[in-house]
Amino acid sequence: MKPSVLILHASGTNRDGEAARACELAGGAPEILHLNQLREKRERMAGYDALLLPGGFSYGDALGAGVRWALDLQTYFHDQIHAFVDSGKPVLGICNGFQVLVKAGVLPGQRNGGPGMTNDELPNGESLARTGMLGEIGTRRVTLTENAQGRFECRWVHLQVNPGAAAGWLGPLDELIFCPVAHGEGNFQVKDQAALDELTARNLVAFRYVDDNGNPAGGRYPLNPNGSAADIAGICNARGNVVGLMPHPEDHVIAIQNPLRRADRSGLALFRAFIHTA
Amino acid sequence: MTVRIEVRGAHAATTRGILRNAIALGINELRACTVSRLYFLEENPGAELLQQLCTFLLADPVTESASWDVRPSDKGVHVIEVAPRPGVTDVAARELRRGMQEIGLPDCDVTTGTRYELTGDVTDAQLHLLAEKLLCNATIQHFRIGPIFPQFGAEVVGSGLVEEVSLTRAMDDELLTISRERLLSLDLHEMHAIRDFYIDAGREPTDVELETLAQTWSEHCVHKTFRARINFTHEDADGAVISRTEIDGLLNQYIRAATEAVYPEWLHSAFVDDAGIIAFDERYDLAFKVETHNHPSALEPFGGANTGVGGVVRDILGVSARPIACTDVLCFGPQDFPHAELPPGILHPRRIAEGVVAGVGDYGNKLGLPTVNGAVLYDAGYLGNPLVFCGCAGLLPRGTHPTAAQVGDLVVALGGRTGRDGIHGATFSSAELTHETGETAGSAVQIGDPITEKGLIELIEAARDEQLYTAITDCGAGGFSSSIGEMGEELGVDIELTNVTLKYPGLTPWEIWLSEAQERLVIAVPPARLARLQELAARWDVDVSVLGRFTGDRQLVVRYADRIVADLPMGFLHDGLPRRKMEAVYTEKKIEDWKIEDWVSGNGWSDKTFTPSSLQSSIFNYENLLLALLRHPSIASKESIVRTYDHEVRGGTLVRPFTGPGMDGPTDAAVLKPLGTWEHDDAFVLSNGINPRLGLCDPYAMAVSVIDEAVRNAVAVGADPDRIAILDNFCWGNPTYPDRLGALVRTCQGCYDGAVAYGTPFISGKDSLYNEFNGKPIPGTLLISAIAIAPEMSKVVTSDLKAPGNRLYLLGETRAELGGSLLFAHLGLEGGIAPAMPADPLTRYRALHGAIRGGLVQSCHDLSEGGLGVALAEMCIGGRLGAEIEMERLIIEDWIYKLLPWHKEDADSESLPPNLQSSIVNLFSLFSESNGRLLVEVAPEDADAFEQRFEDDVALALIGKVVDAPYLSIRSGGQALTQLPIETMLGAWSGEIQWRGQHDRES
Repeated sequence: MKPSVLILHASGTNRDGEAARACELAGGAPEILHLNQLREKRERMAGYDALLLPGGFSYGDALGAGVRWALDLQTYFHDQIHAFVDSGKPVLGICNGFQVLVKAGVLPGQRNGGPGMTNDELPNGESLARTGMLGEIGTRRVTLTENAQGRFECRWVHLQVNPGAAAGWLGPLDELIFCPVAHGEGNFQVKDQAALDELTARNLVAFRYVDDNGNPAGGRYPLNPNGSAADIAGICNARGNVVGLMPHPEDHVIAIQNPLRRADRSGLALFRAFIHTA
Repeated sequence: MTVRIEVRGAHAATTRGILRNAIALGINELRACTVSRLYFLEENPGAELLQQLCTFLLADPVTESASWDVRPSDKGVHVIEVAPRPGVTDVAARELRRGMQEIGLPDCDVTTGTRYELTGDVTDAQLHLLAEKLLCNATIQHFRIGPIFPQFGAEVVGSGLVEEVSLTRAMDDELLTISRERLLSLDLHEMHAIRDFYIDAGREPTDVELETLAQTWSEHCVHKTFRARINFTHEDADGAVISRTEIDGLLNQYIRAATEAVYPEWLHSAFVDDAGIIAFDERYDLAFKVETHNHPSALEPFGGANTGVGGVVRDILGVSARPIACTDVLCFGPQDFPHAELPPGILHPRRIAEGVVAGVGDYGNKLGLPTVNGAVLYDAGYLGNPLVFCGCAGLLPRGTHPTAAQVGDLVVALGGRTGRDGIHGATFSSAELTHETGETAGSAVQIGDPITEKGLIELIEAARDEQLYTAITDCGAGGFSSSIGEMGEELGVDIELTNVTLKYPGLTPWEIWLSEAQERLVIAVPPARLARLQELAARWDVDVSVLGRFTGDRQLVVRYADRIVADLPMGFLHDGLPRRKMEAVYTEKKIEDWKIEDWVSGNGWSDKTFTPSSLQSSIFNYENLLLALLRHPSIASKESIVRTYDHEVRGGTLVRPFTGPGMDGPTDAAVLKPLGTWEHDDAFVLSNGINPRLGLCDPYAMAVSVIDEAVRNAVAVGADPDRIAILDNFCWGNPTYPDRLGALVRTCQGCYDGAVAYGTPFISGKDSLYNEFNGKPIPGTLLISAIAIAPEMSKVVTSDLKAPGNRLYLLGETRAELGGSLLFAHLGLEGGIAPAMPADPLTRYRALHGAIRGGLVQSCHDLSEGGLGVALAEMCIGGRLGAEIEMERLIIEDWIYKLLPWHKEDADSESLPPNLQSSIVNLFSLFSESNGRLLVEVAPEDADAFEQRFEDDVALALIGKVVDAPYLSIRSGGQALTQLPIETMLGAWSGEIQWRGQHDRES
């Protein structure tokens, strides 16, 4: 049986089609469902082996990238998404999907040891208990914000998996991935140095922007295309089953898509690992 | 009580673009400018809930902070606040309101704004200047120096009000006054036809009827000029008549006639629907359409371009296709135009360009459509009237587009709600712009909402596959009046306007009927299918309203609360428009305006001064000329614009806007592989041709040249020259002037001859006339967009040089055609011969295509503006490889020499020294813009096979080779003409025009 992948579609999602194709090529059985279909309760996340939040502009990103979808996730699907994450099944968020996971507090995730604020640090004396299930949104210490150059950009970048990442299933990706970014708010930023140190110490950095030889981008534009702290292109949770990244490996799954006309560095490897671990 | 929430960045970021634009306005005193977002709630939910709202929805806890009091501004800090006018689409406000409900806040009206804090010693007058010229567009926004007062909702005026217009006894001047005051854009003949109809009917028209007639009869909707009978006089340069012709409609006689003449079997629909349709593979067809949105973009660049994309995407939905790619071609005034010289009433061309580019990118990116092909041109002729061409291609399973509504079917509106936006768009686009247009036609401008349109895309695909509708049309110019009026032409319809979902109350019946609110489609639904349609629409968050039904009595009946407000026979609505008779005159330009002898002596030379060194330091310094052309805004890299468009989404872009190891070399056309068709090897190509400079020199030559350009661009990447279809988009001045219309006639004649010679049918097109500002027309502009099939996607070719040692061939003969060229524009010269159609172009393109299919071509690039010199430079830049070229190997048409003085019978050839003679030939060879030419890179081992593919009578010359050296070297005989480092060329091409958005930030 091919592992089943639930691909979520919020109004404004647009890279679901090619994400489904990438999952298929990698040996998975993808199904695209609109959030409204999931809310009709005919389908449950738990019925799938893997979950994918694809790219796009959910709700037009009108209040900031992914913010409204993150709210949906926490108000309508809170129990389902956390049960799925806690079950250890793989979750992949790409671009807007990554932004949603971060803004919903699922990535890096406080429940499983990710960096979050303590009650003392909450603004205006709020407490985690009082803010209830929305608490994870307000207490996060990482974000994806406006690109350093202040505009949407589309360009190809090189990515390297962090070999020590908590997401061990990314291990087989020993080669760089070459694929496009296409976003206006992909700049990964942290509240303070401590949050960054914690991400590093707990091996929550999953992908970094590098040059075509695998050397760190070192913040140099356009190798690091958006000004992300520590060249971070993607992160994972402490358990390692939830991974999010800004670039689009689903747009490079066969050689003919590669603008340099090379046969290697395909994004398909990531989807193979994703399906394999499902 | 109203609450005001301000969200600011934790690290104050200053906005460089604003400072730079302020300096351009002459305000040098501004030191810093920070921007924050404002949200206003009509009711205060209390501090606790406000805190939650800010934390969860409005302010990013890592990078931003929120407050909900009016913050006193710091000393020395000036504040300008800007907010949308009521009724203007505000997606952020809508999403905020939905989010509030989701969190559990009490529902109330909300609105948004922007706060600018400006530091520096600026005066009140300067603050107003900044607000008016830079930060606020009065068409859609209002501002205040200091905290702004939010405006909720829209003012309510009497609804249900229908006026009778006294027409039957009106005199001619009164008829014209009615037409002018109601923005009907109807002339006296047309007003007479309407008056006579109502005299026969024995009553006066209602305002709903009169407005419906004006929309349906507008230039925008029925193309009065392109259908008119024209008396055309063609004169030579001295005013002597060459010919007089009576033209039975430009559209019939030239455009459609060309399609009829070439009609290939793969053409499935031309001119009958919202978009043209050709075959793609065994299962699927491709739809393609290009629209213009010029006048709205002049007034509100972001919204105008935004809704331009939205409109053309709906044209594709209007043939039941799934939109899969976008194109954009933009024409702007000079970006460095002095503010002080700007005529009143127009936005600065830089502000227009920034807004248009942002608007195009915003819509396409948010719909998830790759914007893959286009062009950006700069010319003083577009100062008051920019051109914005938006294109869209779509995919549909063959035979799935239904076009026959049945009696009893329901008239169903889908998508956005109806407001007072965009009223009179169709008639507004059929009038000239003046400095007052912005004030009188503000309501014609709309802001887009791409996410609502995205829902329509998903819904239409699903509804089409389940066959839930029997007819479909885009709701564009003229709103329901035009879409429903058109859809019901054969059957008749009965419509109830109170069933229309409104954004806010208070619209009068004619406003509802004419509103051009965006993101709406109309479909015909059999009653039994309605429930399923509503179910799917709920899934995709699309509003559905049933407006009426198809009756079968061929009558247009419109009701408001059951009261009939319009009752018109479809026959009069669609066939009652009198056909126009127009006069056109075209006078040929004088080729001899440019005499080489005058030009040489004009440069201050006598025959004594021609030494090799004086030639090098003169106009014949090829290096300087080439660098100047590479730096020209129309040639220079558009990377800073194109990078803001997603050209990768959907994963099917095989040849993208950039190529080469640095991924910054220009490509000739886009190659796309539609998602869902990866099981076979066919891909398709999008390309374009445009050259308004040529049109000023010779409009006929412009037409054949831009058809050639679109075709050779497509062929250059691997398109089959026998599978190319084209679209025509004319942007012209006021055609009631015989000279404007005369040039348009010549262009259409060129279109016919070109389309027939290249075997490329026109499948759709559009004309945008009356592009004038304060009585001055734009340069008559023809855009040809091509869609073509590239069989074998693995064989597609890009323009970057691939490997040292490869040979470089020039296909096609070079002629002395510098009329209308970029070189002449750069040198300020007029006259000269414009490029003609090459002899038998298809033979060479077929041979080249055979070579590409045979895998014999490593790279290929077309020669267009700037000729051979620019094309070579671009190939070197793309590949980061050098080339060595020998000019003496060029194949030059014999008559190039006849132009030169020493070949004229009456000229004394001895008067020009040989080194000057060869310099002039080299100048033509390097920069002539003759059509039908491409540069081709071929590996040495493939050279024989490549050459054998071309018949002896095809001009093919081996002119040089690719070298592993960082320069472009051009020699002529023993003499080195240039040796330009690639870095220098790259610097000129990419460095000078750095487009920057207004919202650039520096932290």
